[in-house]
Amino acid sequence: MFLRTLVAAAMALALSPLAEAQPIRIGAFLSVTGPAAFLGDPEQKTLELYVEKLNAAGGVLGRKLELVAYDSAGDAEKARGYVKRLIEQDKVDVLVGGSTTGETMAAVPLAEAAGMPFISLAGAVVIIEPVKKWVFKTPHTDRMACEKVFADMRARGATKAALISGAGGFDRSMRAECLKVAGAQGVQIVADETYGAGDTDMTAQLAKIKGTPGVQAVLNAGFGQGPAIVTKNYRQLGIGVPLYQSHGVASKQYVSLAGDAAEGVRLPAAALLVAETLPDADPQKKVVTGYKRDYESRFKQEVSTFGGHAYDGLMLAVEAMKRAGSADKAKVRDALEATRGYMGTAGVVNMSAQDHMGLDLTAFRMLEVRKGDWTLVK
Amino acid sequence: MSPELTQYLLSGITIGAIYALVALGFSIIFNASHVINFAQGEFVMIGGMASAAFFDAGLPLPVAIVLSIGVATLVGLLLEKLAVEPARDASVITLIIITIGASILLRGLATLVWDKKIHRLPAFSGEAPIVIGSTAGGATLLPQVLWVLGVSAAAVALLTWFFRRTLTGKAILAVSHNRLAARLMGISVRRVLAVSFGLSAALGALAGALIAPISFTAWDVGVMLGLKGFAAAILGGLGSSAGAVLGGLALGLIESLGAGYLSSAYKDVFAFLIIIAALVFLPNGLLGRRAAERV
Repeated sequence: MFLRTLVAAAMALALSPLAEAQPIRIGAFLSVTGPAAFLGDPEQKTLELYVEKLNAAGGVLGRKLELVAYDSAGDAEKARGYVKRLIEQDKVDVLVGGSTTGETMAAVPLAEAAGMPFISLAGAVVIIEPVKKWVFKTPHTDRMACEKVFADMRARGATKAALISGAGGFDRSMRAECLKVAGAQGVQIVADETYGAGDTDMTAQLAKIKGTPGVQAVLNAGFGQGPAIVTKNYRQLGIGVPLYQSHGVASKQYVSLAGDAAEGVRLPAAALLVAETLPDADPQKKVVTGYKRDYESRFKQEVSTFGGHAYDGLMLAVEAMKRAGSADKAKVRDALEATRGYMGTAGVVNMSAQDHMGLDLTAFRMLEVRKGDWTLVK
Repeated sequence: MSPELTQYLLSGITIGAIYALVALGFSIIFNASHVINFAQGEFVMIGGMASAAFFDAGLPLPVAIVLSIGVATLVGLLLEKLAVEPARDASVITLIIITIGASILLRGLATLVWDKKIHRLPAFSGEAPIVIGSTAGGATLLPQVLWVLGVSAAAVALLTWFFRRTLTGKAILAVSHNRLAARLMGISVRRVLAVSFGLSAALGALAGALIAPISFTAWDVGVMLGLKGFAAAILGGLGSSAGAVLGGLALGLIESLGAGYLSSAYKDVFAFLIIIAALVFLPNGLLGRRAAERV
């Protein structure tokens, strides 16, 4: 009896204000303003929303969560400065952020040196390849997007493809990955054109592709207004073969910008975009509809996959802390690496010592624009 | 002519017409003050963004464009009043740096007043392309490009008339040639500067509204458009309206032919190489005034 009281008292003590006074600190550095604001803005909102929700539900391990977030404005140098501050002054327990690959790579050496679990929200393969002990990431890679697109081309009988890409970091990285994996996917790249940042018309490049013999499909790697202009020019020139876009334009904005020209365009994207149309049996449906509802009812704007990456990043960290039973950095890192079967907005995550992203091709859905909306390609 | 070549030429005209319209704005302020206004691209952005915002608010397209020109003119006048006029005795370089600062400020303000999204504006006379040649292998041009070309031509005619036939236009040229002498003749330099900023802002905004249906508009489109427009103005000869149009079209054609026949990755390189060559061999541009240096 006495022992039981003692244990109860000890437990009460553990959950008492002493523990409450020590919140778990989530450090974030995101491109909330600047050219990559369309990434950082929904990411920041998502982190704020779910830290609030988790705290309302009693926090994690009996401790409150505290979000310490900085705006690195798409600037790798700023990101480095803020990450230093997050590690040394704010003494955060885990890093979530790096909206762009540049910002992420600037933070990697700091996180590695400090032994800080770091979940990146950026796309490129270089973040997790080669594997870095403390670095994880939630979004799909551009290589997976290439593989998904090439597989779909093959399924439609196309083996000769043309590539058109922009001059941005995302565009160039995806172009390089696509060129690398095309051969293994049984697709031959017969034309490889690019356009500059801020270009106003791409009919010259597309006319060249149109004049290249044997092109059976075209893939446009890029985001922003470039792909929308490419889509309009593509229809203007009356090119008949299928057009694919990348996951970089997987937003309603692309469809509304390109208008009728977007009809029939296919692109790989996360299930979040088609949350409502997923079959009920789909194991991902609950997660994506839940996140979509939470985000849209709170911020009165459409969800983007980018905000979803932040959701996955935060939840992976929280799950890892729960499994580790503490916020100890080394234990959280080990628990992150042992993540199996976590269902997020990006897909099912199975991490391992060799794979710090844990997604496979099933995470991408092939979508087609029909009547101004996304439809799942069966 | 092969269908590809026709298409490259039409693509070049499309791009070139846009550059030409932007380049025209540079020449007005340069004529008045020898200042290169690096906020010119931002006037173009304001024209496009304001038109899109007014149009989305339910106003008819012509009204939206007229209102956006009004907004940009006001911004141009304020820029002159608040930033350029207080520093009017400073060197030309200082004034140019002021316009760079203003361009950064205007971009920031645009993200606050509007948003960071990309916006579209409907084409003035439909999206259906004009097909030249047979339908199968034919080359195409958007009707909107004809609008851009037509407005550029009209702007050149009006500006030429303005600078040669009106008192204000002549006053602007007089100030440009010799500020002190102009002032002694009773010309208000302050007023001349205000008129030139207002006018070039209005022209820039009109350009922005005309370009938006072709290439969309966003808070940051002014940077590249301004740079290319500036390059076109240099190529054609700073201060010459017809030169601006010629320079713009030449730049557009070089880019599209370079992308078509050489490499699209290096098309901007060709364009800038040719500009450097032009500056070395034709320092005043294609149609620029030959400066008469006094000895």
